[in-house]
Amino acid sequence: MSEDLLATVAFDAEGYLQNPADWTPELAEAIAAREGIQLTDKHWQVIRFCREKAAETGKSPTLRQISLGTGIPIKELFQLFPKGPAKRVAKIAGLKKPEGCV
Amino acid sequence: MTQENRHMAFICSKGNLDMAYPALIMGWAALGNGVDVTIFFTFWGLDIINKKRMDRLQLPPVGIASMKTGMMGLPVDVGIPQLVGVLPGMTAVATALMRKKIADLEVPPVSEFLQMLQDAGAKLYACKMTVDMMGLSQEDFIDGVEIVTASDFVDMTEGAQIIFI
Repeated sequence: MSEDLLATVAFDAEGYLQNPADWTPELAEAIAAREGIQLTDKHWQVIRFCREKAAETGKSPTLRQISLGTGIPIKELFQLFPKGPAKRVAKIAGLKKPEGCV
Repeated sequence: MTQENRHMAFICSKGNLDMAYPALIMGWAALGNGVDVTIFFTFWGLDIINKKRMDRLQLPPVGIASMKTGMMGLPVDVGIPQLVGVLPGMTAVATALMRKKIADLEVPPVSEFLQMLQDAGAKLYACKMTVDMMGLSQEDFIDGVEIVTASDFVDMTEGAQIIFI
């Protein structure tokens, strides 16, 4: 059950994964379920991009970086991850809170 | 029971380059936090949504006490004398400096930023009184801007947090 999986790892006060090494695709599904999001291939495309970008730069990408990097328009990103795409993807992808303002 | 979304409304009354960005940045941050955003452009703020002017906003250094030499990477942080600030070309210099700093942070130009905000769900409005006063019309503004009265604005922002810039 995804709740059990969530209970086995540590999250910070805002809901971000504390230890990046704990992340697995199954955990991503569990976090997404907690966020009320059903993950499709498009969602996974965004998650993969964010994880790659974070590994490259050490920082979670901002919403604009995600849109420019994946080619997915802003409108669609808000549909895939309603109310705050950059932050929600970071949570699901096991990354830190995005720091940039754009 | 559904919970109402938090709503933030920004009133943009200035047209200088430095005063155009606060609402755009904070509005973007609000949208990224799931907050509804309304931006109302009035007086000089209409320049921000004016197709011909929006990417040509300027920053005259006159009267800006905070613009000191430290910003230019110089080791000494002193103010530029006001009499120097009024010389021809100084506005262009200050504007270019600010544009470069904005671009270095990968912040987009006003036109692109407004498009992003609209795509993310922000609603943009122009103040009818100012539009009439300056002899402007719908054609002068970017698509998606609605011209409304102050009373409309008050109706639209019931319960919202209103920030005047």
